[in-house]
Parts: sequence; C-alpha cells; structure tokens
Amino acid sequence: MLSARTVLTRTARLNNARLNSTLVVAEHDETKLAPITLNAITAAGKLGNDVSVLVTGANAQKVAEQVAKVNGVKRVLVAQDDKLKNNLPERVAPVVLASQKQFNFSAITAGSSAFGRGLIPRVAAKLDVSSISDITQVHSADSFTRTLYAGNAVKKVKSSAAVKLLTFRGTAFEPAKEGGSGAVEKAPSADIATDTSEFLGQELSKSERPDLATAKIVVSGGRGLKSGDNFKLIYELADKLGAGVGASRAAVDAGYVPNDMQVGQTGKIVAPELYIAIGISGAIQHLAGMKDSKTIVAINKDPDAPIFQVADIGLKADLFKAVPELTAALK
Amino acid sequence: NFQPKVMKILVGVKRVVDYAVKIRVKPDRSGVVTEGVQHSMNPFDEIALEEAVKLKEKKLATEVVAFSLGGPKSQEVLRTALAKGADKAIHVQVSDEEASKLESFHVAKTLKKIVESEKFDAVFLGKQAIDDDSSQTAPILAGLLDWPQALYASKVEEGGDGHMKVTREIDGGLDTIKAKKKPLKAIPIKDLGVDIKPQTETIEVTEPPVRQAGGFVEDVSALVAKLKEKGFVKA
Repeated sequence: MLSARTVLTRTARLNNARLNSTLVVAEHDETKLAPITLNAITAAGKLGNDVSVLVTGANAQKVAEQVAKVNGVKRVLVAQDDKLKNNLPERVAPVVLASQKQFNFSAITAGSSAFGRGLIPRVAAKLDVSSISDITQVHSADSFTRTLYAGNAVKKVKSSAAVKLLTFRGTAFEPAKEGGSGAVEKAPSADIATDTSEFLGQELSKSERPDLATAKIVVSGGRGLKSGDNFKLIYELADKLGAGVGASRAAVDAGYVPNDMQVGQTGKIVAPELYIAIGISGAIQHLAGMKDSKTIVAINKDPDAPIFQVADIGLKADLFKAVPELTAALK
Repeated sequence: NFQPKVMKILVGVKRVVDYAVKIRVKPDRSGVVTEGVQHSMNPFDEIALEEAVKLKEKKLATEVVAFSLGGPKSQEVLRTALAKGADKAIHVQVSDEEASKLESFHVAKTLKKIVESEKFDAVFLGKQAIDDDSSQTAPILAGLLDWPQALYASKVEEGGDGHMKVTREIDGGLDTIKAKKKPLKAIPIKDLGVDIKPQTETIEVTEPPVRQAGGFVEDVSALVAKLKEKGFVKA
C-alpha cells in the first residue's frame, strides 16, 4: 500500500509533468465559435500533442458544447463568469495562466485575429517567454514559418521558449471539422481584477453578406471607385456572386467604406477561391492581404497596374462600364 | 494611479525599411537586404506619436518622450520624432548585429525598464512594425507592467475618474534644427540590465512563391466565360 506521502508526491509530480497538450483559446461572440478558432485547432493539432480548448466569457458554456464536438479536441475548459463578458485580455489572461498552472501545457495558442493578437503576447509576458505571431506553417512542435515585410519574405524559425505562445494565420490552415467528443470541464478558478479596464460598448458593422475572412468569393474596391456612393457597384456585383466585400486601404482612408473592410498587411488577410479586385492598383500592402487567393481577377483601366502581375485574369477596362456589364451578365 | 491631467507619455518609434521599398531577400537566406536601402519611421509609430502630441496640445499630457531601441541609426528616427513634437528622446543602444536579432519580447522588457525608471503614465505604440509584422510589443509590455491595454486604437479621449476612453478597431514638417536642440539621451542596453538572449532562432529567410500573371481577356463577356469555365458562375 502506498503511504499518503507517496501518493501526495506522485500527484504533485503528475501535476508538474508536461502534459504534452496544446491549449487553444477560443474566440466567440457568446453564442457561436469564431471560425478562426477552427483553423487554430487544426494548426494546434500539427504540434503533435493533444488539443485542449479554453472557452471564457459570460456565456461560455454553450460555446464549449460546440467546441467539444470539433474533431481533435480532447478537453474543453470552461470559464463562465460575468466578469469575462467581451473577453477583455486583462481578464482572460489570468484564466489562461491558472489553466497553465494546473495543466502545464507545452503550447498556448489562438487564431491571429484582434482577439488572439491581444491576448497571447500578454500571456507570454506573464510566463516570461517570447511569443510568435501569425504563423503560416507548423513544421514541428518548435519550428514554424511566418511572413515578414508584407508577405515579401518568408521566415522559418525555431523557438527555444519553455512554453510556445503562438497565434496562427486563419487562412493558412483548414478549419477543423465536426466529429469529436471532447470532455467538458470547469477551468481552474482565477483571480480576475476588474478595476483596470472596463468594456463600455460595441458598434458592429451589420451586413447580410458573407464574412470577409471566410467568404469563398471576395469582391474588393479601391480608390478607382472615386466615392463611397459608387461602392454600390461593388455591392451589387458581390450580391450576385454571394461574395464578401473588401476594400483597399486607399478606399478606407478616403472614407468610402469602414475600416473593418480593409484587406491587406494591416487589415484582414483573405484567401478565397475567387478574389475580384476592382479599381485597385495592387500596392505591396494590399497584395499582402490577398495574394494567396486561388484565382485573382483584376479590373483596372491602367494596364501597368501592379495588380495585373498577380492576376490570373485581367480585364483592362473602365470599371464604371465593365462592372455594371459584368453584374448584368450574371443575371 | 493614472492621472491624465499630468500624464507623461512614452512613445515607441522604430526605424524600418521604408514602406514603399520592394525588399530583397539575401542570397544566403539569412535575412533581408537592409544596407543602402531607404529607411524611415514605422508609419504606425508616426500615428502614435501624433496622437501623443495632440494630447499634449489639449493639455491632457505634460510630456511626450520618444523611445527607440536599436543600432546607431535609430537616432535618425528619434530626431524626426523630436521634430514632430516630442519633448525628449531616449535611445537604448544595441549593435546593428544585436538589433537584427531583437524580438518584441526584448523591446517590451526594455520599455518596461524605462517606464519604471522614468515614471511614465502611459505608453503609445504603433499597432505593428511593417518589417516583422509581429504586432506584439504593446500587449507584451502591458502584461509585463500589469497595465491595461487598448490595441488598434482609433480614438483616445479622457475617460474621467483617472481613466482613458479608447475606441478600438476590432479587427509635419517642423523645424529639424529645433529638434536637434532637444535632449536625446543614449543608454547602452547593458546599463538597463535587460537580457536580450534570443528565444527565436531564424533558420532561413526565403522569397515567397511567385505568382504567374495569367494575362488579359478582351472584354466582359470573355471574363464571364472564364468565370463559368472555372465554375464560379453557373453556365
């Protein structure tokens, strides 16, 4: 028979041993999982370990049940607390750290969205390790590829960090499918301070169109549209194709469309089946956000526009004539 | 203990290859060619600096100090920052060789030392540097300091009650002579005791795969035909 002391020692050892498990921190809107978490789960699976998912929020339980059904997910940790409403990084980080303390994950990861990029480096700071962002390829548990200089250089790195803190580019990994049956359990409790920051409100752009980041087809407009009103040409074409709508930085800066539609190095990165660039010259910064699209179509009146160097199909034409014609032809 | 009325703001500025430069990867795959290439202040740091200077003009800040960690030429961007309205500049010095291996983590650790030794109330940083595209320094620093963070800010206002109200996006030609008169303090990194041992080793840097242009179609009907052929449009 084991003495009480031996049992205690063994338990302690078990708790301290690396579980060879990777944690994915889920992103959601309190009702459903954000698609990028499914891409992150696939990427996390490539690290060669079991995948656990942490769901935090004011209504985390429902989302946790969705995550448990995702293929490859072994365990789902749920932290449901009103203090976690809107998942402010200052409040989610202590929950991640408490989970790390208990489970000793070898990697802590998330999708490379505004949420993931806000949270993962903050957690890395607390664990005194260097984090790696926007990974496009996982080679092994410690070597990864990411891009630099607006996608114009590709860097392969090897991390010697004791725990890997990573964010994954959504478009670089397939979304994980349904078919899992992970165990749902409560996340370890954490001390969540509420005095440093507070969520006041949110204004979301409402759209019936497919989400830009996950749409199969994206139609984007640039400075060539000349005004916000003229963007209706883009919307009409997009609706005919069931497409999401994007924009270049020039169109955003000129106030034609809101910032959350920006595609590029400093906006959203998309890789749809079909990307139609209209009145977009194709600056380095824009190409960084769309050049992994399967098929690129460009409509521009300037035959020397750099966008034509990456376009599979180019049409040199005045967009004010060509786009209505194209929309009409799709009737 | 945040007091906007007497706020001292530290602004991080990074010297990067100019955004308009088409970069080239070195043949030995060790990195990107930076010698003899136009450099300038990271565009997002310019925005952070402008915002800090505006707050000072509105009397919501008392002092704006520009910070850069890097090789000797980092002082160029600090001079620019002074010209754009920063009161002082701090250059934490490393060699160019060391600078090329710095990670966001090291920058944040260095910033923490400065924030603590010079008692800053707020730190403004660009959302990302356009060279490494990491977008990490701000949240790491906030974590190290245990301060709140507001990333991708598009509006900064006084929030009352010792708070700042920040709206986030969820997803100057001044006189350079005048700038030179303003103090620029240089501190070797070893004086700060910051460990800059890399945790991330670069294995290789390569060119991305090149996309082949597919050529032009004559008109809209030819474009529609192609889209049908590829199955994007029902025939």
